[in-house]
Amino acid sequence: MTAWLYHLNALVLGLFILTAIAMVVVRQIGACLQIFVMQSLLLSASAFLLGGAPWSWHLFALGCVTIASKAVLIPWILRSLVPAQVYARRELSQSVGVPAALLSAFALLLVGYAVGMPLNAAAHSLSPGNVSLGIAGLLIALLQLAVRREAVPQILAILGMENGAFLVGIAIAPNFPLIAELAIAFDVPLLAFIVAILARAVYRETGSTEAGSLAALRELA
Amino acid sequence: MNAHAVAWLVPALPLFGALALALPRSERIAAYLTIACSALAFGLSVVVMAAVRSAGTLVLVSNWVQVDALSVLLLLLITFVSATAAVFSAGYIGPEYGSQRTRLYYANFNLFAFSMLSIPFIVEFGLVWIAVELTTLLSVLLVSFAGTREALEAAWKYMVLTLLGATVAVLGVLVLFWALHFTGSIDFTWAGLRAGAASMPLPLVKVAFALILVGYGAKIGLVPLHTWLPDAHSQAPAPVCALLSGVETTVVLYVLLRLRGVFLAVPAVHVQAWFAVLGLVSVGAAVLLIMQTHDFKRLFAFSTVEHMGIILVAASFATPLGDVSAVWQIMTHAVTKSFCFYAAGSALLVTGTRSIADVTGLLGRSKVTAAALLVGALAISGAPPFAVFLSELAIFRAGIVSHHYLVTGLLAAFVVAGFFGMLFQVTKMIFGRPAKSGRARPPLPVPCAIALGIAALPVIALGVWVPLSLIELLMRSAAALGG
Repeated sequence: MTAWLYHLNALVLGLFILTAIAMVVVRQIGACLQIFVMQSLLLSASAFLLGGAPWSWHLFALGCVTIASKAVLIPWILRSLVPAQVYARRELSQSVGVPAALLSAFALLLVGYAVGMPLNAAAHSLSPGNVSLGIAGLLIALLQLAVRREAVPQILAILGMENGAFLVGIAIAPNFPLIAELAIAFDVPLLAFIVAILARAVYRETGSTEAGSLAALRELA
Repeated sequence: MNAHAVAWLVPALPLFGALALALPRSERIAAYLTIACSALAFGLSVVVMAAVRSAGTLVLVSNWVQVDALSVLLLLLITFVSATAAVFSAGYIGPEYGSQRTRLYYANFNLFAFSMLSIPFIVEFGLVWIAVELTTLLSVLLVSFAGTREALEAAWKYMVLTLLGATVAVLGVLVLFWALHFTGSIDFTWAGLRAGAASMPLPLVKVAFALILVGYGAKIGLVPLHTWLPDAHSQAPAPVCALLSGVETTVVLYVLLRLRGVFLAVPAVHVQAWFAVLGLVSVGAAVLLIMQTHDFKRLFAFSTVEHMGIILVAASFATPLGDVSAVWQIMTHAVTKSFCFYAAGSALLVTGTRSIADVTGLLGRSKVTAAALLVGALAISGAPPFAVFLSELAIFRAGIVSHHYLVTGLLAAFVVAGFFGMLFQVTKMIFGRPAKSGRARPPLPVPCAIALGIAALPVIALGVWVPLSLIELLMRSAAALGG
């Protein structure tokens, strides 16, 4: 990997982690979806940069499939099937306030580094930054899942975790046989479709898509 | 038709069933088509078993798709439970949920069966991960089928927790591939991983094991990642519970057991200790939950957590006898748990409630349902002369022979406590004065009674006689685990 590609990839990784943090704190559901699209484009950009030198058609295919699936198909499915009012809503009932969520996200960023660096020392990857920041991205998305109560941001958190996992994957397993391409091409749009159907049903039943408010099932009811 | 073509037909049949239901006006034939596809798939699985018995492993696509003895065992279980669940659905879905959405139900049912059947066929671990994720995606709408607030909550929790697990697992899959890369191999199959395990970098193998165990542990329902399981089982239609509990959790556990051979080659991972601890914690916690639950469908769901733990403990012995007892328990649990959920579904139809306290004197209302519930409770909690009794006995024997006295002693104590907990709950429902219900409930539909009868056959028969061919299949399945 040449020096300028390496630096460009570092810039992409920095922006990737910023989108992960933004998804935790942004309150409008429509904006959360747009930030997810940006994050997916950044994942594709990193795949193209790592796949450029030495050439890897796996990474190039992964980048293309990510754009088609996560930047085009998923937003289209979610916007088509989930009622439009949902995207205009500001989510006010997060479990944790914005300052606490931001601090937690920064702490997880450090944890990602602390976990990723020894792994790189044990076995060199294509790009150490991808491993550390991918793990940090995965952990921050996990935080998003914990603090968001609306259906769409919750599921975007799971997809954000997957983006983090694949950001690691493109650096450690650039020749991985098919799994990433197939998963993104088939599983992820199917996931978006199922989520959208379920979110619609929740909206019909409760008047909102606040999955966090569904808490009728208890062990000792 | 040769054995290879027959093997391809097994997963193709439910897929065909799902596609055929996309045709207009297929509501009336939906149930019959699903029963026919499932039953035929079971018949063909028996043919595949005979072929594997005589020819060994069937290689359908080299390094991607093949069928060995362990795969055949899973195929037999999935198709048998699918067939009985399809018969039970014919009597259950209409009366309980109305007949408007039956086509959607059966299409989803067939797709779910297809996703589960694909797992035993695939030997490439990356593709296995995709198939496991598909089992979640194709069963979520079955869990939420009732459309109530509670059913939606259960489906949402099921989806979020198991997909969270899948995302953690995918990182483990990628790290394992990274570790394999250092051995100079890219053969990411069960056999390839086992062959390269000893030369993989230790930190990577440890990280991969932890991520895969946590990720798939959520899907299997291991404590403390089990919280979705009782909710999903209390809200999903009873035949779907039979599939989820009887075979879906088992088929994911099968993936973990295949990987056990890989991690056993790296002693520093301590896979045996992790399996034993997680298994015992799951069994112990499940027994406590069995004793205090108030919902009889949740009761059987907690029993699934218990049995997943028991199988994990058996696998932790890592001896030939331990492996035989683990696959034996997989078989007896699948047939018995599906029967239990048919009995629970019948009780729900007859009484209209899931509350244990509100169901008293079931014997006075429906003798068939009461008998089925009692037999199911006795059988799943390990009483003789039922199938689970023999497999649990084999597990205890394997533990003692391999000198795992503490683990075996704790397991035996938990199993005995679970037996009394289960009986305490179920006898409250069966005996006593029948509760006064607000409105008359219909009698048990005939398809439900037929499904109960068919499902009861292996539960009873395998408790008194295990055919030689089945013993041979179990032994060859255990050998395929590569312990």
